[in-house]
Amino acid sequence: MRITQGTFSFLPDLSDAQIMKQIEYGLDNGWAIAIEYTDDPHPRNTYWEMFGIPMFDLRDAAGVMAEVSACRRTFPNHYIKVNAFDASRGRESVRLSFIVNRPGREPGFSLVRREGAGRTLHYTTRAYATDRPEGERY
Amino acid sequence: MSVPSDAQAPEGREAPEALDLEGAFRASHVGEVLERLERELVGLAPVKSRIRDIASLLLIDKLRRAVGLSSGAPALHMSFTGNPGTGKTTVAMRMAEILHRLGYVRKGHLVAVTRDDLVGQYIGHTAPKTREVLKRAMGGVLFIDEAYYLYRPENERDYGQEAIEILLQVMENQRDDLVVILAGYKDRMETFFRSNPGLSSRIAHHIDFPDYTPGELFAIAQLMLVQMQYRLSPEAAGALREYIDKRRAQPHFANARSIRNALDRARLRQASRLFERRGGPAITRGDLETLEAADIRASRVFLEPFGGEGPS
Repeated sequence: MRITQGTFSFLPDLSDAQIMKQIEYGLDNGWAIAIEYTDDPHPRNTYWEMFGIPMFDLRDAAGVMAEVSACRRTFPNHYIKVNAFDASRGRESVRLSFIVNRPGREPGFSLVRREGAGRTLHYTTRAYATDRPEGERY
Repeated sequence: MSVPSDAQAPEGREAPEALDLEGAFRASHVGEVLERLERELVGLAPVKSRIRDIASLLLIDKLRRAVGLSSGAPALHMSFTGNPGTGKTTVAMRMAEILHRLGYVRKGHLVAVTRDDLVGQYIGHTAPKTREVLKRAMGGVLFIDEAYYLYRPENERDYGQEAIEILLQVMENQRDDLVVILAGYKDRMETFFRSNPGLSSRIAHHIDFPDYTPGELFAIAQLMLVQMQYRLSPEAAGALREYIDKRRAQPHFANARSIRNALDRARLRQASRLFERRGGPAITRGDLETLEAADIRASRVFLEPFGGEGPS
């Protein structure tokens, strides 16, 4: 099951040229770009691992792309996303966030039913990938 | 001339198509930059002609690309060698602008760094630091001042070598993304290139900045004064010429930089001279903008012709 998270997630995966254009757009707005990765696809897993610190003072998307490809080389089978932070309101807030890399096979989620008091049922989702420990999931 | 029988011309097009070089030149606005270079930088004839060559090459390449001829991205990394104060940084800034106008670099900003910005202090510190700087310079020009400090042969564990290797890799693989300019004193740069042949061979343009002649230095002084909105009285002009001759013979002479410092000190003296006149005749606008001979002749250069560490 294809994970949809962040901007453009219902579109086909962006090509490198398209990613570059989006980064360029962020840089033109003066946003700082950060790269994050994870192998836990749960939709409520918001805080991914940072790949290096956010990149401030960049002028050109080529610098970010170099970092994206470095991250892809290191984690070819992880989810990788690019975040753009806007500091114009005095705090860094995410203005743009999109996935740039995903595992080749995404097994998706199972529905877990938990029986509570009486005959109540609680539902939750569980990623099949998280059956295995971190780093061995995809 | 007869019609060239080249195989390039496609069928149905007999006359060779005229290309609009003039239009391309105007569209790039590179003429303005070159003109400003000519106007604002005194002397430096070899530098200017080299820059004009590079600009023409890039323009012609653009035309070649337009008609489908091969135009491999030329390597544009440069080294600027010359004594202090000969305008290396200024020219590098102009270079960034020229390359930007010609569409060779995407953003046209200049990132000026020295050894401290590239080389780390402990193992594993250098690579991220150098990459950080390179990332910032992407789309523009990376200007490494006093580049020879990167390489310290006396210390084989020096991390400078690591920075050079990363630099080399990026200079080779990401030629479209940034242009690297190395700058420094001529003799030390030559030693540096001799010990790093890989670096030297990746630099296509070695540009040498000659020292200024006294006449050029005077012209520079006048240009600076115009920018600062000052002027020299006729006697002061004579004094400044004399000052330049004397100062050039002294140690630690840094061309245009020395002139700028001399003018700054002359402004100080002028200010205190005017201040002393309190209670005397009223100060006019002309007084405020005129440097007198006394302001320049008070310099230590005139007092101790061949002694002392430097001028005051």
